Order: sequence, then C-alpha cells, then structure tokens
Amino acid sequence: MLEFPLSRRIYLWGFTLLLIACALPSLASLSNVRWPSALPEPTVNLGLDLAGGSHILLEAERAQVARQRLETMEEAVRDALRDAEPRIRIGDVSTAGNRISFLLEDPGQVDAARDTLEPLTQGAGLTGQRDWNIEVVDGSRFVLTQTEAGLDLAVTNAMDSATEVVRRRIDSLGTREPTIIRQGDTRIVVQVPGLDDPEALKELLGQTAELEFKMLDTQALPADIEQGIANPGSELVPGAPGSDYQGTVIAVKRLGGLRGDSLTDAQQSFDSQTNEPVVNITLDSQGAARWARITTENVGQRFAIILDGEVLSAPSIREPILGGTSQISGGFTVETANNLAISLRSGALPVDLTVIEERTVGPDLGADSIRAGILAMSIGSLLVVVLMIATYGRFGVYACVALVLNVLMILGIMAVMNTTLTLPGIAGFVLTIGAAVDANVLIYERIREERKKGRRVIAAVENGYREASRAIYDANITNFIAGVLLFLFGSGPVRGFAVVLIIGLFTSVFTGVTLTRMWVAGWLRKARPTDITV
Amino acid sequence: MRLLKLVPEDTNIKFLKWRVPFYVVSMLLIAASWALVFTQGLNYGVDFAGGQEVRVTFTDREEAPIASLREQIGSLGFGEPTIQRFGDPNSVSIRVRLPEGAEDEPGAATEIGNQVVSAIQSEFPNVRQDANETVSGKVAGEFRQTALMALLFAMLAIAIYIWIRFEWQFGVGALFALFHDVSLTLGMFALFQLEFSLQIIAAILAIIGYSLNDTIVVYDRIRENLKKYRKMEVPELLDLSVNETLARTVMTSLTLLVALVPLLFLGPASLFGLTAAITLGIFVGTYSSVYMAAPILIWLGVNSDSFVPTESVVEKQEKKARGET
Repeated sequence: MLEFPLSRRIYLWGFTLLLIACALPSLASLSNVRWPSALPEPTVNLGLDLAGGSHILLEAERAQVARQRLETMEEAVRDALRDAEPRIRIGDVSTAGNRISFLLEDPGQVDAARDTLEPLTQGAGLTGQRDWNIEVVDGSRFVLTQTEAGLDLAVTNAMDSATEVVRRRIDSLGTREPTIIRQGDTRIVVQVPGLDDPEALKELLGQTAELEFKMLDTQALPADIEQGIANPGSELVPGAPGSDYQGTVIAVKRLGGLRGDSLTDAQQSFDSQTNEPVVNITLDSQGAARWARITTENVGQRFAIILDGEVLSAPSIREPILGGTSQISGGFTVETANNLAISLRSGALPVDLTVIEERTVGPDLGADSIRAGILAMSIGSLLVVVLMIATYGRFGVYACVALVLNVLMILGIMAVMNTTLTLPGIAGFVLTIGAAVDANVLIYERIREERKKGRRVIAAVENGYREASRAIYDANITNFIAGVLLFLFGSGPVRGFAVVLIIGLFTSVFTGVTLTRMWVAGWLRKARPTDITV
Repeated sequence: MRLLKLVPEDTNIKFLKWRVPFYVVSMLLIAASWALVFTQGLNYGVDFAGGQEVRVTFTDREEAPIASLREQIGSLGFGEPTIQRFGDPNSVSIRVRLPEGAEDEPGAATEIGNQVVSAIQSEFPNVRQDANETVSGKVAGEFRQTALMALLFAMLAIAIYIWIRFEWQFGVGALFALFHDVSLTLGMFALFQLEFSLQIIAAILAIIGYSLNDTIVVYDRIRENLKKYRKMEVPELLDLSVNETLARTVMTSLTLLVALVPLLFLGPASLFGLTAAITLGIFVGTYSSVYMAAPILIWLGVNSDSFVPTESVVEKQEKKARGET
C-alpha cells in the first residue's frame, strides 16, 4: 500500500500537474489576466447565467405543418387536374378532417385522374410508404389522406430549414458565438451570450415573416365580412396593428396570389414621397414572371400585402409590375422595417415558432454572481483548511493540499472537456470542497483507531487506507449514480451542478486517497516516526 | 502538538436505546411532511408552475418600491405577483404564475412576461432588467415529470447498488433513509412555502448523495463488526458501529457546513434556495443514517450469519471442486 516507486511518483505528479496546467487559462480569464496567445488555451465555458445572455426554446406545431401541406396539396391537385389533357373537372372539394376529398364530374376519368395525381405523391420513409394515400370511394370520389410518415418527413424538413432561418437571423444581429440546436422533433434551442437587447432577439425569432400577395375579393359583401363569412375560395384576413387597416377585416382570394418564398432580397428604405419607412423587396425570376402575369391580368384591381396573416396594406395595381421589385409599407418604424427586412432576407420560417421557455441574465448580474461565488468559496475553503489542520495536524495539511489540487484539477478537466460552468456549478464546487475531505476524514479516523489498538505506525497507516477505501468507493459510486441521474434528467444550469459533482468525485478520490497516500508514504520513509499525531 | 478532538475518544452512546420513540417521531414527521405537501402544496417557482420571473434593480432608488409594484402588476389581471427582495435592497424578483387555464397556450407565458416588463418600465424608467425567466405550461409540465423521474430513479438505482454490495436488508434500509430525507425536505418546503424550483431538485439529489455517504460508512462498519463479533447482540453491535464512526460523522458534517455557510450568506442570491436546502439536508441526512438506516436492520433481521456463506453454498462449492455436478 505504501510503496511508491519513482516511476509511479513521476506518473502521478505528471498527471496532476498536466490537469492543473489545463486550469490555468480559465483561472486567468476569471481573474481578468491576459493569457499569452501563443499558448494553447482550453477554457471553461461560462454558462449564460454567469456570462450573461439569453437561452430561448422555440417550438413549432405539428398541426400547422399538416395544415400547410394540405393547402399546398390542394393547390397542386387543382393545378394538375386543370392542366391535364383532357381537363379533369371536379366538384364538392373539401379539406375537412386533414384530408382532401373531391368528386369527379365525369366518373369515366377515374383512371386518368389517378394517373395525374400519383406523381404528386412521394416516397416517405424506408418502408416504401407514400406521403399521401390516394383512395377512390363510391366510384368517383377521391380522398387524399396524409400519412404519418409523410407528415414526419415534412416536419423534419420544416424544422431543418427553420433552424437555418433562425441561424441566419441571429447571424444578422452580429452577436458572438450563438448556439442553435435542434431538440426533439419540433424544438430549437437558441443560446446567445452577452446580448444587449433580448427583446429584439425574441421579436426577430417570433416573426414568421411569411409574406403573401393576394388579390382582394371584390365580390365580398361588407355584411358577410362583418359576420365573419367569406365567399367560397376566399378568406378573411385582419389588418395589422399600426397599419391603416388596424381593426378591420379584409376579404382576399385564397389562391392565385404570390408567396414570399420567391424573394431574393429585402432592404429597409424610405418612401420617396411620404418619407415613411418601407421595405423594398426583389423577386427571383420565377416570382417576377408570375407577379408580372398576375398584375397584367388584374390592372386596376387591388391586392393585399399580407405578413404573417395580417394585412399591411392593400394598394391598387396601376400598371403591370414587370421588374420584379416591390415596395411594402404599412405603418412601420425604422426599427420594425429593418427587422422585417432582416426576416425577409433570411427567409420566411416554414412554420410558426413560439417561445416556450426563455432565460435571460444581464451581464452585471452574472459578474456579481461570479464575484460572490468566488468569495464564498474562498472563505468556505479557508474554514475547511483550518478545521482539518486543527484536527489532524500534519495529515490535515496533506488533505488541504489535496483539496486545493482537487479544485484546480476539476477546473482543468472541465476546460479540457469543454464543459460549461454555471451558477449551480459554483455551488457544486463548494459542496465538493466540503465533501472531498470526507475521504481523508475516514482514513485518518481509521488510523487513529488502529493506533489506539496498538498497531505500529506503518501498519496503522496501511490499515487505515485499506479499511477506509471500501466505504470511500461505495459512497462515491452512489454519489455518482445520483449525479448521473441529475445530469440526464436535469436541464440547463442544473446540469452544470451535476458536471462539477461528477468530475469532483473522481478527482477527490485521486487527490484525497492516492496523492495523500503518496505524501504520507514519502514522509514515513524519510522521517521514520515511531509515533504520529493524527 | 495537541490536536483538536471534536468527539471524545471511546464514546459509548446508547443511540439505539431510544430507537422506538425516535422511529415513531420520524414516522410522524414523514407523515406530517406528506400531509403538508398535499394540503399546503409546494410553492412552485416558474420552472414547475410556468409563468415568468423577472429580476430588476431600481438604479435611482435606495429601496425598491415593492408596494406600488405589487399593485401595478396585480392590476394586469394575471393574479397576485410574488415580489421579494433579491440581494440588494433596491433589487427585487417579481414572479407571476401562469393563470389557470393558460397551461396549454404555448405563447401565454411570453405574453405575460412582455406585459409585466413593459408595465414596470413605463412606471419606472430607471429600472435595470437583470434577469428574466419565462416558462410555458408545457415546458413546466415536462420539468415536473423529469424531476420526479430523476428522484425516483436515483433512489431506486442507489438502493439496488447497496443491495448488490451489501445485503437486501441494507438496500431497504438505505432506501428508507433516503425516503425519510426526501420527505422531510419536501415537508420543510411545504411548511415554509419556500420557492420550489429545478435547483431544489438538484439540492435533493445532493442530499441523497451525502446522506448515503453517512449511511454507507455506518453500514460498512456494521458489516465489518458483524464478521468480527459473531456473538454480539445485534442492537449492541449497531451501537458500537455508530459510536466507532461517530468522530467521522461529526467531522464530515462539520466540514460540509463550514464550506456551505459562507455560500449561504455571502454567495449569489440566486443560490440561496439551493444552498439552504442542502444545509438543512445535512442535518436530516446525518440523523437518518444513525436513527433510520441502522435500527431498521434489527427489524429486517440482519444478524451475523448475513455475511457468512450458508452451508448449502459451501457444500455446492466443495462438490464443484470435487468435480461433481
């Protein structure tokens, strides 16, 4: 037990010093000392609760993706059947209950209709399933149902591109090192350190930025609109707050408009006449061509510019718009116009994202927490050191040196593993400091007992280490179980607590048992005491 | 050098003499804790209740205008806010829970948060927003569920480990001691209506860990003594084991306390709940190791044969050695 050949001593010290070296850059950054850039610098990340910043959890709704798919499919079905040769006429179209159903006017066209619709569906998943099931009931009624596999795929795709859009929007804010991660099926975690204006970030992420141009339904009767009734093929859209249409409802045609996904650029600008903040948009060639055709066919009519389901403005088409550029106004301030331009440029979100959890900490509070945490930790350590040395003398000194090395090693391992130190993590350090000496207490009390029984010094020390190690390992393993479960089930800052505890268990056994044994052995060999005070 | 001795040498305190009354009291305390949890309920923080908590500092004042804040935010119609001083006298934390029926609306918590913040800012322009936490009903529900699972799995996994390392009686005893610790901690939070958040779950798991430290040290000594003193009566042997490990129990509880107390009073205000829970837990955990975990072994029928291979096992091994099946 007390044999420590030179090679083992070198190896133990080397390991210890290496990990402590890894802690130095973090210590330097915590105490605001500049670390020479020529040296490698593994640093412990500071959690948002210490560094300041925002953690935002966004969630999309699966039902919304399903609704969108239904709408897109309906349009595709209508287009395909209209363009078929010969044209296939349908009636009694319904999209209720998450499926599209319609009647063929000529039941003889069932096969032709099926051949036309089949290419609109795609494979989904590995099982050979399609994303839509096409059924024919009662001879001439077609029913198209979304499959779960198809919806899964659509949700995954929507979330992938939503994550990209979120990333582009946050990048446009110019913040440093944002983290954007998909979580589960329908969630995105956004972490942005050191943010000046968390409200702006939330606003930017909350805006779907789905821009639509839709023709006004001129046949709608004001009385119907008031009662919330839209003509077939039309829908009612409320006016956006702050726009000229605030508090009113406008009837627009559902189909045959233009979507904002054909947009290539958006810039904030000012209207040349009114000097009002506006957003100038540029369409891609396909969108420009489509927009040219629509505006040519509808000169003199009015269309509505709709953002996220609210009407911003409803200008008249004075002449065909051929250049593929357009101006959007609607009671913007410079800031909101700029935000909209950013959102449009980075693309519309394919689904609405709702903030379902937010944690923001200002940089001042974080810095205060670190200061208070380090102060409390220093005083706590000092008290433990005094208590240990008063109780165990020379052996207490060994335990205290081990304690200091222990703290440094935890920091070093955290730096190497690139883990995050959070506010509860500081509590984890304090708890580890208080508990790490337990191993030494167990061993030293055992040595006391062995001496009382009359064993000689060497035998007492050997027995002390051997007999105490069982309980030490059992206790650490059970603590490890509790720590791992906390890590698995805990979230965010609480995980930081578990990380420190878990690493601390390993290092405290190493420093408290292995290193102190080496020092005690070295001293016993050199001094050869006949009696020891433990 | 004369060293400090916290516990006199060779103590012989009859801990287990009073085991029945102590057990009765402990059972009553456990029952009272659960009664409190179910009648008073736990004062869930935003993590578990959903809603929003904002921390603000009134930079141009000595003291935060708590009364007028309460009135102003109360008039927003989300129910009574919880407003507490937080660290400095001019800093407060304002908590507004998700109102009934808003648990399923994903955007409700954010909406409340926006309204509370803008209400404060319109009345007090010189207010600095230090921190903001918003949790929707759905996320809060998930937190409640995972917290419960973490506690249950931790207790079970630890009990199984002890069972494997010792004997089943020790596993049951450890589990019972843990149940005692968790119950009393929850009861304390229900009684004083302290904010119960995710951090407190972390604290409870830490308490579980350190209470087990004590239990294992005592159990390890009991096992050792059971092998050593085959003829000793079990209650006497348990007392001996507890006494032998008493110096260590006191010392370790003390080092934990002296490390934690500065954090409690000088540490960041956000850690107060966590630190307070662990500090309380050290007392509860130390008590339960001595008075819950040890005596239960008597009733579960632990004796010196528990760690001796039974004859049949020995016979089997001998047969195996002889090559018989």
